[in-house]
Amino acid sequence: MKTGARILIEGLQREGVETIFGYPGGVVLPIYDELYDSSLQHILVRHEQAAAHAADGYARASGRVGVCLATSGPGACNLVTGIATAYMDSVPIIALTGQVPTNLLGNDAFQEADITGITLPITKHNYLVKQTKDLTRIIHEAFYIARTGRPGPVLVDLPKDVSTTQLEEETETIPAIVLPGYKPTFKGHVKQIERAVELIERAERPVIYAGGGVIAANASAELVELAMREFIPVTTTLMGLGAIPCDHPMNLGMLGMHGTEYANYAVTESDLLIAIGARFDDRVTGRIQTFAPHATIIHIDVDPAEIGKNKPVDVPIVGDAKAILQGMLGRLKKRAEREPWLSKVRYWKEKHPLRYRQDGKLRPQYIIRKLSELLDGRGVIVSEVGQNQMWTAQHFCFRRPRSWLTSGGLGTMGYGFPAAMGAHFAQPNEPVFDIAGDGSFQMNIQELGTVAAYNIPVKVAILNNMYLGMVRQWQELFYDRRYSYTELPAVDFVKIANAYGIDGMQVEDIGDVEEALKTALATDGPFIMDFRIEREENVFPMVPAGAAINEMIGGHES
Amino acid sequence: MKPHTLSVLVENKAGVLSRVTGLFSRRGFNIESLAVGTCEEPDMSRITIVVIGDDRQLEQVDKQLNKLIDVIKVSDITDTETVERELALIKVNAEPGTSRAEVMQIASIFRAQIIDVGSRTVVLEVTGDSDKINALEKLLRQYGIKELVRTGKIAILRGAKVVKASK
Repeated sequence: MKTGARILIEGLQREGVETIFGYPGGVVLPIYDELYDSSLQHILVRHEQAAAHAADGYARASGRVGVCLATSGPGACNLVTGIATAYMDSVPIIALTGQVPTNLLGNDAFQEADITGITLPITKHNYLVKQTKDLTRIIHEAFYIARTGRPGPVLVDLPKDVSTTQLEEETETIPAIVLPGYKPTFKGHVKQIERAVELIERAERPVIYAGGGVIAANASAELVELAMREFIPVTTTLMGLGAIPCDHPMNLGMLGMHGTEYANYAVTESDLLIAIGARFDDRVTGRIQTFAPHATIIHIDVDPAEIGKNKPVDVPIVGDAKAILQGMLGRLKKRAEREPWLSKVRYWKEKHPLRYRQDGKLRPQYIIRKLSELLDGRGVIVSEVGQNQMWTAQHFCFRRPRSWLTSGGLGTMGYGFPAAMGAHFAQPNEPVFDIAGDGSFQMNIQELGTVAAYNIPVKVAILNNMYLGMVRQWQELFYDRRYSYTELPAVDFVKIANAYGIDGMQVEDIGDVEEALKTALATDGPFIMDFRIEREENVFPMVPAGAAINEMIGGHES
Repeated sequence: MKPHTLSVLVENKAGVLSRVTGLFSRRGFNIESLAVGTCEEPDMSRITIVVIGDDRQLEQVDKQLNKLIDVIKVSDITDTETVERELALIKVNAEPGTSRAEVMQIASIFRAQIIDVGSRTVVLEVTGDSDKINALEKLLRQYGIKELVRTGKIAILRGAKVVKASK
């Protein structure tokens, strides 16, 4: 005889799960009892939201499915922000939640919440398991749905009696996946691929606009090959950073609201835009009518619903980015050159580089560039949300996919620190840095307890300006410097870290930055850096809301 | 912006209807009518949805519905040859005398059945396309409609063609 809890654990092991992030509670006691002597590693977080973000960070950094576990009611509800974050960024995670016993469902029982109802719009799919005999199939389906097609979170809600009910041992047969309504397209349409190839060969001013889908599809090598062989400049979205090495001659960096001037100019003047695994988000396009106004658009995406959602496209290709790019590369003739377009792009790059004021004051861009220089391509960089995120996206040199994790779509403050914990378990030999703001860090600061307990070597670099910096920046620029509720009182983060037994360093002088970063790198466990940066430093250049992306402000600041 | 009729095959599972209707509300699509019931396949249900929108919105409706794991097939049958029916039950004032006679006469012209007679009211059952039911409702309004219940529209392709799950 075998309990539902046992069947669940075996199901997870069959899917190759090694680490899960969770928090116990009443109705998941049977599951925790099974975990107690199972080979699965369970990381006890300090708040369920962190479990969801850690599973997400694990998934992004590994390319595998991340798993989190919480109890019913408040536990499940605390996962919601993490699930929504994963949903917006197409990250495959499995959220396991306890539920009240089936005979109490709908009864407003203690710690009951309709979590399948709550997460309907923020999951790729979800299940309420009513019978233990369905558990093996549902676990298998959940992982399949999460990782295939456009990846995304799947929630499995487990009533207590489903976990405790015992079933006769059966011969171990994993049921075949039967989902008549779910058949993701993998191979791109050959005719469409041929049309795309023809357009690329004819184009004079092509630009590739690569998003997180390139990384999700493990298609970075194909992307770089396409760019190199055909001499096509590549701009990436926030989610696509790392898909092409930052110092690659074809790389234009990020486009959009805080993108580089040259990326935005190139897109605006392009005659062919090749969007790959990107979704024409408003932070990328600015005023959509004036986005790539002269370009024929090819859109490669695994999700047909993204095609034409925000912008009409000329050549849609639905399918896996890697397979489609390989199909294109197999048909494209190697080019000799693409002038004068490339010289124009080079001119923009030289004339309008990303810059910041170098006046000896402690500015965040310096810290990020210094870290980038020290790591030299190693490491996983995770950010919070706001100015810290944009400065990192602009100034850190990402050289490989899955080395940059950030909450793009939902923009979740508090994401970075727990996601960095998850990233460590995915890439245990890489240094992991969370670039934080003082606001964001305080949203999941309780996870200091987790990193201390397991000695998880996450290094936190707090760019502390005692403001909710990005909101303050908008108040400065668009609300007449009326800093309404964006100032945060000073916090001694090193003292807080010390209380958890974690070392840290407060840095006020630019001359101490390198030492702090080197100390962090040399420390075995977690380490906190509290950088007291220039308080009113802004993120520039910037496209104001509603403007076209070539109408940037702050780009020419000396 | 015109009404579109979608025939949607779904898996017959708990929560499917809320997944479908939830999608419509959160994406801001307008449902004009909705009818759901079992169909020829034992594990499936068929939902007939009338939705109003332009071509681009309809393309999104179609694609977003298809993304739902439990949705097997979505067909926009607006511009195909179909037979469409709706059913309405109408409780209308019909005092004994002239008005009752008139109501019964109107009912017979519309081929509506009288399925209940009270001392001061009758209940009519009528099937037809939406226009026919609207016309009957308009005519009966002068006598005083006490209560009106309409099903959503259901539709089926004419001839041998069918809307079914592709293999």
